[in-house]
Amino acid sequence: MSNKNPHSAPRAGQEDDPQAHQSDDHPQKRKLPGESSSQGGFSRRDFIRGTGIAGVAMSATVLLGDEVAKATGRAQAEGKWMGPGPVDITLRINGQTHKLQLEPRVTLLDALRDRLDLTGAKKICDRATCGACTVIIDGKAHYSCTSLAIDAQGHDIQTIEGLAPEDKLHPMSQAFVDNDAQQCGFCTPGFVMACKAYLDHEKNPTYEGLQKALGGNLCRCGTYIGIRHAVLEAAQKGGRA
Amino acid sequence: MDYKWPAADQRALIGKRISRIDGPWKSSGRVKYTYDVNRPGMLYGLMVTSPYAHAKITKIDTSEAEQMPGVKAVQIMFGEGKEVLWAGQEIVALAAETEDQARDAARKVKIEYQQLPHFVLDTTPDKAGSEHTKDLTERTAGDPTAGFQQAEVTSEGRYGASVITHCCMESHGQVTEWKGDSLTFWATTQNVSGIGGEVAQGVGIPASKVEVISPVMGGGFGSKFAGETWGVACAQLAKKAGRPVKMMLERDHELMVAGARPSMYADVKVGAKRDGTLVAWDSHSWGTAGPAAPGAPPLPYIFKIPNNHVKHTGVLTNTGPARAWRAPNHPQMCVITMCALDDLAAKLHMDPYDFFVKNLDITGERAKTYTAELAKAAELMEWKKKWHPRGESGSGPIKRGLGLSIHTWGGAANMSNCAATIRPDGSAEVALGTQDLGVGCRTVVGIVAAETFGLPLEAVTVNIGDSKYPAAGASGGSTTSGGVSSATRRATVEAVNQLFAKVAPSLGSTPDQLEAVGGQIRVKGNSSKSLSWKQACAKLGTTPITATGKTSRDLTSQGVGGVQMAEVAVDTETGIVRVQKIVAVQDCGMIIDLKTAESQVYGALIMGVTYSLYEEKIMDQQTGRCLNPNMEFYKLAGIGDVGELVVHMMTDPDDDKRGVIGLGEPPVISPGASLSNAVANAIGARVPYIPMTPQRVLEALGTSKGGMA
Repeated sequence: MSNKNPHSAPRAGQEDDPQAHQSDDHPQKRKLPGESSSQGGFSRRDFIRGTGIAGVAMSATVLLGDEVAKATGRAQAEGKWMGPGPVDITLRINGQTHKLQLEPRVTLLDALRDRLDLTGAKKICDRATCGACTVIIDGKAHYSCTSLAIDAQGHDIQTIEGLAPEDKLHPMSQAFVDNDAQQCGFCTPGFVMACKAYLDHEKNPTYEGLQKALGGNLCRCGTYIGIRHAVLEAAQKGGRA
Repeated sequence: MDYKWPAADQRALIGKRISRIDGPWKSSGRVKYTYDVNRPGMLYGLMVTSPYAHAKITKIDTSEAEQMPGVKAVQIMFGEGKEVLWAGQEIVALAAETEDQARDAARKVKIEYQQLPHFVLDTTPDKAGSEHTKDLTERTAGDPTAGFQQAEVTSEGRYGASVITHCCMESHGQVTEWKGDSLTFWATTQNVSGIGGEVAQGVGIPASKVEVISPVMGGGFGSKFAGETWGVACAQLAKKAGRPVKMMLERDHELMVAGARPSMYADVKVGAKRDGTLVAWDSHSWGTAGPAAPGAPPLPYIFKIPNNHVKHTGVLTNTGPARAWRAPNHPQMCVITMCALDDLAAKLHMDPYDFFVKNLDITGERAKTYTAELAKAAELMEWKKKWHPRGESGSGPIKRGLGLSIHTWGGAANMSNCAATIRPDGSAEVALGTQDLGVGCRTVVGIVAAETFGLPLEAVTVNIGDSKYPAAGASGGSTTSGGVSSATRRATVEAVNQLFAKVAPSLGSTPDQLEAVGGQIRVKGNSSKSLSWKQACAKLGTTPITATGKTSRDLTSQGVGGVQMAEVAVDTETGIVRVQKIVAVQDCGMIIDLKTAESQVYGALIMGVTYSLYEEKIMDQQTGRCLNPNMEFYKLAGIGDVGELVVHMMTDPDDDKRGVIGLGEPPVISPGASLSNAVANAIGARVPYIPMTPQRVLEALGTSKGGMA
């Protein structure tokens, strides 16, 4: 399986699995400036996923609860305490500034979808596997499901809604239409953003290159053949924003 | 009235390569799926589920959860004293201001259970024991004993396909909103016209009070036909809270409970004469569909081997129940049959191509289709040039091989209704309570209507995905294209004939002499006696034309074939199978949109690669839980995993004259068998089960020890 995305962009959130990336200079390991550190061995996602939503307390809760206490203690000692209640958060999205009141645990994806009604980025796996939540931050593709909104402050966030005015199609989106690179379409916006990020960095895309660049996105209907054609066609037509 | 499809040489749109009309909505990210619907004051719902595979609920205490920040409604769905039959079964629903608050509250719901013994293993009937099995069918045709005596070569083997899930990109769920005693129900569903009644019953209102809305949906594959426990729960929460509620299943919940394809395995013995003529078949098959018994499959698949004995046993497990999965039973039966036949061909030292061709006369009415499709596929794969006898694939660690398979499906039209409207201002619309799962249904409807009206595609408004439109059948079993295209054809022919009647006098003609072509209403073959569409519609005065039509058997047909050939490269050191190329040759009667039809086949091949190599729902007997309810470990193929895919649609006049036949299921049936056969050809050993994981490949090679089934 080639689900990871070593070439096109670092995907924020992949640091959730510290064992997956040992090398500090691996692109996926790179953090946003100001992004919270997971060095304490604890993250929001670990906590949520570890406890699950089953109706009884499980031993995992107890263990993670202990980690929470330790991490909280460290944060308090270092004067980094924020939340758990809503805090002021300012996000720059598609060139516009949005002031929000969000709990620090709110992901960028949830902030976009639930608070700003920017629903182009989709929630499918919600844990940095499928790429449907891909947005472009400072020119690079990111998984917004595993980026915290609070950490995305001070960065340029582009969502698919920002690619083109409402009555126009971005050339990448047009190439998806022309090459029938979508069926149910639920994974499509994430693919479009990953394709755009790839073409923004790669003037001469290749078959092999695009397969690596788009390896961090998944489709269930099976639209990969159309997507291959769409990327190559968009590159030929100069499909950059 | 003459509804028949226009002759092939007179079609402006039908059969051409046309981009789907909702493509721009999707690739711009602007269309709203159910998951994207945000209503003023909307709450977020969540289901609290059982962690146990089998247990009795002894106590439920929601008092603490109800006091949690943001919580607005809590509803018990499965009460004290009830018996849970699988992990993930829904017990309590709640709604809160944010998703995170809903999760916080869910952790405060206290449910006590009396755990009961569970059984979750997808294993053989003898290992499962009589307590967990049910013999479903046993039948004999011809004389199997005599048949096997007649056989000069027999082959025996075990084959099968593991349990997989649907893993729809858009999880299951809905948004519910009450206005008085009326309920609006945005749903990701394959059954817009059908689920309202079930939801209405669940919340105690007349079905007429529910409007189901689903303009686009993020995949179903057979798992989204029902109103669902979570649909009723969501409506109840919205009622209690007095606010709209969105409740989409979390991914782990979806993978655990929202649909699975039953497993199917079989011990097969099959015999042929030395010249390859099939004479006898014996199989004992089994599989699990969850707590209830699965349906009994009609084995052997396609080949009506004259002397046969088949037996099927259901294995009952405490796992989320099976649902229809694209071509129910067929991919599994195809693996069992086509792999057994391929092994027999290898034992006969025959090229499986020749062996299959030799036996096509016992495939029934599609024999001629298979003959043509095998020849075409062989040409596109260069089969005769590339094929080598099993296992003779060189000395290096990477072994290449070829495999083939054939399949069949019905695809008769579902019952759908269409209303067509032509307005005095020249606007034209068609409306059906159908749904587009991503297959191109909306585009098919638009093409048929525009063809009939002689208008460009963009001149026709297609209204689907709402239960307020005329009822249409659920989208399952490749039944939609036939249903909606024939209903639309009839409604639009009826409507345009009413228009002809209005304008005939002004053209000095009679209605039966008129035609709608190229944006004009004109005397047949005489463009000098014509009115533009707009001028013609203006003659309607102030009253629009409305006409209805329903599914018509004479515009549709059923029963298709299909041939696939696969080429793989197997790394015998790691057990990793790489798809090099798959060729699919498929018939589906008269094709409405060649572009979206081909996409259906490409998609089916990719889904086939996924279920053949990667995906499997893995259960743990110790805990009774699914071990991989997430998308890291429930694996789907990525863009680099699918190799080169070649699709050829059969568009001969003989296919065309059959009318419309659905296409969703057939091409997804063969990949398991063709890939398994290609792997066997490459490595000289049979990997008995799909998915062909590296471990299973190494086990087949005898270089790894490990256990399954």
